[in-house]
Amino acid sequence: MIVRVRLFARARDLAGEDALEIDLPSGGSVADLRARLGETCPALKPLLTRAAVAVNEEFAGDEVIVLPSAEVALLPPVSGGSDG
Amino acid sequence: VIRLTREPIDYAGLTERVRSPHCGAVVTFLGTVRDITGEKTTVALDYEAYGGMAEKKLAEIEADVRQRWPVGDVAMIHRLGRIEVGEISVAVAVSCPHRADAFAACRHAIDRLKELVPIWKQEHWADGRTEWAHP
Repeated sequence: MIVRVRLFARARDLAGEDALEIDLPSGGSVADLRARLGETCPALKPLLTRAAVAVNEEFAGDEVIVLPSAEVALLPPVSGGSDG
Repeated sequence: VIRLTREPIDYAGLTERVRSPHCGAVVTFLGTVRDITGEKTTVALDYEAYGGMAEKKLAEIEADVRQRWPVGDVAMIHRLGRIEVGEISVAVAVSCPHRADAFAACRHAIDRLKELVPIWKQEHWADGRTEWAHP
């Protein structure tokens, strides 16, 4: 199945796109999606281990299964709480 | 009140909005674009949000704050787009009957916002370079 992954901030800059179409086997998990993202777009690799994945606007752990209709996004670390 | 906006934040209006005769304490936090980080000078920040999820997370934080403290009202506004040094990027206002709760609730709200809400900032340094901030 094809999953469209939205990219934000540094992820979008690294990929040069604001979304990527990822070919994921049916029943694939967020961990599988991360691996496929790295294969499809190697430029994202430095970010992949630190970025969060959101499925249907909720943070999703590596074990979560990605359904065909899901809205998926790759979220780089957010601004953080140390300043401002 | 929860809002993402590209306009300057009316923090006085926001503060006024949470005031009530039942609440003896109002605490407002204003996050302001700072000029110096370490040895580098910032001229502006650019904020980008995953809009739908950001609003959802803000609503969850509001519900969490209301559950933990006897809150009269909570308001959270985050500005998006380019923001110059000295301008306000985020405002959180909380009213409670007493000040200890108002301070604690406001602190909790801004800390959770920074941790959970998918909003990213890009530094525009004085030397012309740009860089996405990350912890």
